[in-house]
Amino acid sequence: MKLLRDIWLIFQRQMTLVLRNPVWVIVGIIQPLYYLLLFAPLLKKALTQAGAHTDADVYRLFVPGILVMLAIFGTFFVGFALIAELRAGVIERSRVTPVSRLALLLGRSLRDVVSLLVQCLIITLLSIPFGLKARLGDMLLAYLLLGLIALMLSALSYGIALKLRSEDALAPLLNTVGQPILLLSGILLPLALAPGWLQGIARWNPFSWAVDAARALFDGHPGDASVWKALIILGVLTIASVTWTARSFARSIR
Amino acid sequence: MIETRGLRKSFRARKGTVEAVRGVDLTVQAGEIFGFLGPNGAGKTTTLRMLATLIVPDGGDATIAGADLRRSPGEVRRRIGYVAQGGSTWDTVTAREELVLQARLYGIGKAQARQRAVKAIEGFQLGEFADRKCQTYSGGQRRRVDIALGIIHSPQVVFLDEPTTGLDPQSRAHLWDEVRRLRAEGMTVFLTTHYLEEADALCDRVAIIDYGQLVAEGTPDALKREVAGDVVTVGLNGAAPRAAQLLDGQPYVRQLEPIDQGLRLYVDAGATAIPHILRTLDGAGLSLGSIELHRPSLDDVFLTKTGRSLREE
Repeated sequence: MKLLRDIWLIFQRQMTLVLRNPVWVIVGIIQPLYYLLLFAPLLKKALTQAGAHTDADVYRLFVPGILVMLAIFGTFFVGFALIAELRAGVIERSRVTPVSRLALLLGRSLRDVVSLLVQCLIITLLSIPFGLKARLGDMLLAYLLLGLIALMLSALSYGIALKLRSEDALAPLLNTVGQPILLLSGILLPLALAPGWLQGIARWNPFSWAVDAARALFDGHPGDASVWKALIILGVLTIASVTWTARSFARSIR
Repeated sequence: MIETRGLRKSFRARKGTVEAVRGVDLTVQAGEIFGFLGPNGAGKTTTLRMLATLIVPDGGDATIAGADLRRSPGEVRRRIGYVAQGGSTWDTVTAREELVLQARLYGIGKAQARQRAVKAIEGFQLGEFADRKCQTYSGGQRRRVDIALGIIHSPQVVFLDEPTTGLDPQSRAHLWDEVRRLRAEGMTVFLTTHYLEEADALCDRVAIIDYGQLVAEGTPDALKREVAGDVVTVGLNGAAPRAAQLLDGQPYVRQLEPIDQGLRLYVDAGATAIPHILRTLDGAGLSLGSIELHRPSLDDVFLTKTGRSLREE
């Protein structure tokens, strides 16, 4: 009960901070729009091989990928905000109170998940005029997937930020990890187009499972094997990442 | 109210370990302003952060407001307030919002948290800017908000880490009044400072720490008395070495040290020592530029206890 109350308090404050500085929310929405408007039309020809023949087909393949990309890059860099908060002294101020240490983490991650899902919702709605169609149930499942990615990566990012405590070290590390994840996830182009060895490597990328699952859901196939596989893989990874970060939160800022 | 026994903490640094605090025994009485004095790097902040549950001691014990620091840090947190050196607010929220949140983090309900914020705004005279964003505040305003945040839950003890560092003289005087008000409300105040005037003017008792160990503890007056009764500064134009020879070993001179263009003499009682000094120097035909008597300051205490001047840091 106390934990939930504390999470709610931290979440509220973090939401206030986001809403008072909406630049990042707007940037977060505009950037994927660039992909939708300026990149997706290019894909029509390239994707015929992957089975896309109409504009609607292209968007059905591309929008889920963009959403997963947003989930990855919208949350993987949240650690920077934590470093700024450490420097401003607000973390220390929370630490001398009896507030739950887990709530300090989960309140922040919850903010990240909520602001991501709002961005995803806007992108989804804006894609409907382009011919995107999907069922509500499938959408909810896809959003659960996106939420798991966001929770996992935001916790991971906070955990790494707590260890490094410096923007100069955090930026190159996150970029080095983030780039191959993006390239090997089949977000920009489906991995079906990739040579065999690249597909082999990509199989080890949990986010390529997430992209496959999101595409299956947007295509109206919730029973596709990729869906439950992705949910299990991401569920396990999310638990692992939250557990690790919660421990390091409790230890280094007890 | 605070009692520590053998508190220790060392940090791993690039070149081996640094023993920041090497066995500190302290007793702070309820309702007093206790000053923790020492140069930068002496172990003040480390001790304070241990007492405020922010870092775990390597050894030793402490009881704070009746709660055991090592066994129940959670209980300690409920009973203390802590104000860090470097500020503690988000830029884009207001002092009022911060006060309400802080009270709620201590488990206080929403309505009561709002009331407490109103009271704190009145008490610390934050009304003029309490509904503006924190990024617009001056250094003095910010510090008052920090302290208001630190005591929003009416703790028994409040820890202030260098509360007046970086403030202009007027804001500093204002802050001293605030600290005295906390004492008047029954709070025990534990503050660190490297300003001697501050410890002297504000604190009921002080402890001096150097290289991680206490070198003195007591009321400012008692400490000053303990060092040497009075200080006589004699201005001598170039004759200082000769004068030092003459005065060294005289029964009324406790301690003697050369300063620029003269000597500083620690004596038991200045009023009776001055005639002796004058006679001795006059008898040797040394010309005296000036003579000055002053009560010792905490700087003199620090100097005699550590062999260094605090002001050199």
